[in-house]
Amino acid sequence: MAALQIQNLKKAFGGLPAISELSLEIAAGERRLIIGPNGAGKTTLFNLVTGDLPADAGSIALFDKDVTRFATHRRVHLGLARTYQIITLFPKDTLEHNIALSLLGLSKLRWNAFGRLPEVLYRDAKAVLARVGLEAMAQRPLSEVAYGDKRRVEIAMALAQKPKLLLLDEPLAGLSREERAGVKSLIAGIPREVTVVMIEHDMDTALDMAERITVLHYGRVIVEGTRAEVVADPRTREVYLGH
Amino acid sequence: MTRWIVLLAGLLALPLVAGEYYINLTSQIFIFAIFASSINLLLGYGGLPTLGHASYLGVAAYACALLYLKVGVSHWAAALLALAGTTLMAAGFGLIALRASGLGFLMLTLALSQVLWGTAYRWVAMTDGDNGVRGLSRPAPFGLNLDHATAFYFFALAVTAAAIWLMARFVGSPLGAALRGTRDQPRRMAALGHNVWLVRWITFIYAGFWGAVSGVLFVYYNKYIHPISLSLTNSAEGLLAVIAGGSGTLGGPLVGATIVMLLKNYVSGYVERWNMLMGFVFVVIVVFMPEGVVPGVQRLWRRFRSKI
Repeated sequence: MAALQIQNLKKAFGGLPAISELSLEIAAGERRLIIGPNGAGKTTLFNLVTGDLPADAGSIALFDKDVTRFATHRRVHLGLARTYQIITLFPKDTLEHNIALSLLGLSKLRWNAFGRLPEVLYRDAKAVLARVGLEAMAQRPLSEVAYGDKRRVEIAMALAQKPKLLLLDEPLAGLSREERAGVKSLIAGIPREVTVVMIEHDMDTALDMAERITVLHYGRVIVEGTRAEVVADPRTREVYLGH
Repeated sequence: MTRWIVLLAGLLALPLVAGEYYINLTSQIFIFAIFASSINLLLGYGGLPTLGHASYLGVAAYACALLYLKVGVSHWAAALLALAGTTLMAAGFGLIALRASGLGFLMLTLALSQVLWGTAYRWVAMTDGDNGVRGLSRPAPFGLNLDHATAFYFFALAVTAAAIWLMARFVGSPLGAALRGTRDQPRRMAALGHNVWLVRWITFIYAGFWGAVSGVLFVYYNKYIHPISLSLTNSAEGLLAVIAGGSGTLGGPLVGATIVMLLKNYVSGYVERWNMLMGFVFVVIVVFMPEGVVPGVQRLWRRFRSKI
């Protein structure tokens, strides 16, 4: 079964095509890397898959279910989770509250309008933070932790939802070497049953982690294959590697 | 919690020391506090600035008065029908206003309220236009004659305490946590599985309900309702009370409502151009405590404590 199936997807901004007739299939459990130069449409593709942006044409299916017209939250309930290129968390809230909001998103408790936020939510949030090594900081406001830790929180929020398909948008961007190593090991530890699709500019790291690679250029898939196939393809060198 | 109990105890004891004028003034503050707190649900916790909240106060007040005077139903039935009808109206208005957010939401709420304000002015056969609806009497729930200032005071205090408590429960609930999340990062909340639109719509209806409760109290207090209660000025005063007191805090709208009502009803007795004074007071608050009086005083208090 394909975790993600995209057919003839189109998206334009003011007449300028960002995604053109893009088709893509990602198998369940796969580690897929999406690369391409700036403006290739990588983040737009993620935004279309999550429903942050409506598609102009084409279809998107998650686990064989057509979700093209689904709102974002409905896709999330089918097992989709993502991180953002620019961190968009809740800076005034504690780390555990950030995770609790993530856990709440898939819980029926979220419609309770008069009860208290249950203790179990925070207990589970602490357990999630423990898995990413941030338990000691559970009660600190997010604004007071280092950038690298915010990235870990963001990934932890996505993993807290036990997703079936995880989209990581440049998870290593802006991190120091040490922070990068921490986040890399976190990504490497994601269970095999979770399909991971990642956009990343750090080629050394990304090529290590991916099993298959898709190269985008002007909103189209120009190369797709294994690491060796993509690196050897002259079109990849032309548009991305620069030689 | 202790502070709330002390405040409640103080308010319970107030009629022992205050004269009728101050008792009535405090009753009006209670009514306006419910109104401002309901705006705070949208603005402070939901990040939804509304300029049409007077619609719910005004429609509930008109409905209550007209049902009693023209249809002839009992006070209980009139109040309950007014609350139910106004809450339904809020549900309908929410469907329209929540098609936008930010400035678009503000303008849609304003436009909807202006329609109602214009209707109240022009539909003379129903509302008596600029003359307003008069002749309403106060009910006597459980044999308590609300015509007496102190009785109405305790009735309004009980309703206000219940309203603030229920609004506090709402914002402290899982749904309230989701609401605050949609205020800060709506896109992220959707990506976490929260239905942002539905969370906002439920809040809109809940805020409309409490706006209606303030309207029912308002019309019973005044025994009169005029189109001005539906006006932009009334909505703006509620919004100012929330901003001045501190949006997104439970105490902020209470303090803001107190400031507005004291300026409108007390200071206006001594200062002819009290509107100018009110504007000046808000400018001072915004300059020195941009977050509002309650968070501002808390900030100053923390600074003072850290120095001693």
